[in-house]
Amino acid sequence: MRVLLLAIAALAGFAALPFLFGDYGIFLGAEILIFILFALAFNLMLGHGGLVSFGHAAYFAIAAYALAILLTTYNWPLGLAFPGAVLMSTVAAVIIGYFCVRLTAIYFAMLTLAFSQLVWAIAFKWSDVTGGDEGFVGVAIPDWLTQPVSFYYVTLVVVAICSAMLWVIVHSAFGHTLRATRENPQRAEFLGIPVRKVRLVTFILSGTFTGVAGALFTLLNRAVFVEFAWWTKSAEVLIMSILGGVGSFFGPALGAAALILLDRQITEITEYWPTVLGIILLIVLFFLPDGLIGLFKKRKPDA
Amino acid sequence: MLSNPMFLAMTVLNGLSMAMVLFIIAAGLTLILGVLRIINFAHGAFFMLGGYVAWQVAEVWLDGVPGALWIGAVVSALVLGVLALVVERTMLKHLYGREEHYQLLFTFALVLLINDAVKVIWGTDILTISHPDSLRGAADLGVTFYPKYRLFLCAFGVVVAVGLWLLVEKTRWGRLTRAARMDREMLSALGVHVPTVYASVFVLGAGLAGMGGALAAADRSLFPGMDAEIIVQCFIIVIIGGLGSLWGAFLGAIMLGLLTSFGTIFFPQFELVLVYLLMIGILLVRPWGLLGREEAT
Amino acid sequence: MLEVKNLGKNFDGFWALSDVNLSVGQGERHAVIGPNGAGKSTLFNAITGYLKPTTGTVTLDGRDITGAAPDRLVRDGMGRSFQRVNVFPDLTAFENVQSALLAHHRRLWDFFTPGDSLYRDEAQALLAQVGLAEDAQRVAGTLAYGKQKQLELALSLASEPKVLLLDEPTAGMSPQETMDILALIKDLQEERGLTLLFTEHDMEFVFAIATQMTVLVQGTPIAHGTPEEVRASEEVQRVYLGGEHAA
Repeated sequence: MRVLLLAIAALAGFAALPFLFGDYGIFLGAEILIFILFALAFNLMLGHGGLVSFGHAAYFAIAAYALAILLTTYNWPLGLAFPGAVLMSTVAAVIIGYFCVRLTAIYFAMLTLAFSQLVWAIAFKWSDVTGGDEGFVGVAIPDWLTQPVSFYYVTLVVVAICSAMLWVIVHSAFGHTLRATRENPQRAEFLGIPVRKVRLVTFILSGTFTGVAGALFTLLNRAVFVEFAWWTKSAEVLIMSILGGVGSFFGPALGAAALILLDRQITEITEYWPTVLGIILLIVLFFLPDGLIGLFKKRKPDA
Repeated sequence: MLSNPMFLAMTVLNGLSMAMVLFIIAAGLTLILGVLRIINFAHGAFFMLGGYVAWQVAEVWLDGVPGALWIGAVVSALVLGVLALVVERTMLKHLYGREEHYQLLFTFALVLLINDAVKVIWGTDILTISHPDSLRGAADLGVTFYPKYRLFLCAFGVVVAVGLWLLVEKTRWGRLTRAARMDREMLSALGVHVPTVYASVFVLGAGLAGMGGALAAADRSLFPGMDAEIIVQCFIIVIIGGLGSLWGAFLGAIMLGLLTSFGTIFFPQFELVLVYLLMIGILLVRPWGLLGREEAT
Repeated sequence: MLEVKNLGKNFDGFWALSDVNLSVGQGERHAVIGPNGAGKSTLFNAITGYLKPTTGTVTLDGRDITGAAPDRLVRDGMGRSFQRVNVFPDLTAFENVQSALLAHHRRLWDFFTPGDSLYRDEAQALLAQVGLAEDAQRVAGTLAYGKQKQLELALSLASEPKVLLLDEPTAGMSPQETMDILALIKDLQEERGLTLLFTEHDMEFVFAIATQMTVLVQGTPIAHGTPEEVRASEEVQRVYLGGEHAA
């Protein structure tokens, strides 16, 4: 109940944003919303599945590029291009996930990194299609979306729906099963849970929602850059999740918002944002092990 | 093109000299991975910092002094070693029991801090160190002329490999690290002070990276952010060769070096893609690497 | 119920198990004993799909399950508890059992129903059966060792197995805890009509509960039979009194 109220409050807050902050606020708000979705999708794997992926930038970038290419090079209508782009990310997640779930721990992480870098390398080299190093600019956005306000509300609706879906999944029987595989994969097998299958499905879900975020990002920027696929983008979402708190559903969302806001504010004051971020990370690591959300939550009673 | 011996020799030597620099860095990374089981994302940053420190020594403080580069390399190794020691003793050791992503986050934080520190101290201009007088110019190898400094790098890489191998195989310290790699609980039960072993491995790894950075700085340029590419290359090497395997890192480095140097010439469109395909291939077929040990689940 | 025929396991040239023939009938409480290194854990791992046997077959209720993956085995009616406690440490005892029940009732792929609401009564009942009713909301990792073992049992029972394999159920327990677990296992077995196969070092426990025994030495059985038969066997006495036994 409390959660529902908080969610509605947040939704209302975001909905009111354009009236309070004007264009600058709209773009910032949209970016925050997109990364909230990215972080929530990512945390399905990290916080709930216990799987550390270094390669989520791949699904973000694939959908981003796919949307740009479908809209601009092939002139598809948005109604087809958007699902099409997300579908590409899903397919990528199926293929990459199939191979990755056969490995565990660091090998899993390294394989996700390798595939993601492969995607980057392809995006980098295939400049005829992707624009390569210079990026894909001038994406053909439909007229009705060119107004920042309309784009913002579309983003808000999409992110809200996807977040709700993720909420339901996380709290469903599947979510419980997933957490069991995180806690003790061996024991889970001996309860009849096909751990590898569960992980693959999680991978696919996570990659799909990440793709949605990527596609939205293309609409926001009207461009796609090869940096979207470089491993530091994966690192960003990992940092957002841990910063916010991987143990809770909303933690990563909080982390995403905090990181982006801090980035904006701090870079206006100083060019040494990395140092500030580094210090914040150290503080969270040593004093806030549950992440920022730990400031708002009570610890689980274990006495 | 391949039939031209001069060209062939140059490409091979380019690959090898690049490989040897990468090996010196990757060796440290693989040791840290094998014993401490930490994915040290900051390893590239250690390399970068080492290069800058050496520049400071060789080009600023000891400008004109013969052997400045060598002194710079030693200073780099020491500085990085001390830095690693401080970092490990004050912060890293508290994270050993926690889940992997916390340790990762810590190394990320280090990357951020080191990158900014470099910017503050040395600015954003591109810097280079000049070759030491003894190794200036090119050597006549018969089949081709080749920069003496790069030949030195090739030879030095082998020296480091052998030195590390002796250290790990023949010394008591080496035995301890090998044992720590396999079973840390057993080691502690035997009364070995495991934290000291861990700290020493981290220090050695960082020192190697620093030294590698110093030597590389005379061969290529220094700029903030150069660590991002290096760290990926190091991961590739360590995966190909096997986590924790020294000769694996050596082999992996050579493979990456040659693949890159031949690749940029013969298939420039695919060279990057090939590297990552190789990494994927190894992980799918033999995840513990070419020379790594298969671990029990 | 459970038939093991000619089971062998070779590791790189070394036969950890050879010629293992074992037959566990319905309702039996069958103990596998032997000195350290005899291969008891290897045997269990080979039966439960953790290791693929090099030779031989394992049949459960007539079905060939040789080398089958653990999750399939569980669905076929085999359960296993572990020597080192193997629960879900960050979940509460209640959630632990709920997860087990979810898996058993095949609700894995249900993406919509809140997991919290499912099988609450069954979970509470199961916890009560193993004596953990009051500890339901405690985080599993914080429970005392003995209680974690009880939780372990609850998890194994959630999948309603026909055959339950217990790997050193009293390992690390005090005499009192051993007595408690002994009574609990006996009760549960009778209530549910289980067939038990277990390994143990605690001879008192074994002789108190087992109806059949197999003695494993260096990967091969050297004696079969009721506890009295085994105790009287010269072979067994030689092995245990001849200095090879290390408890």
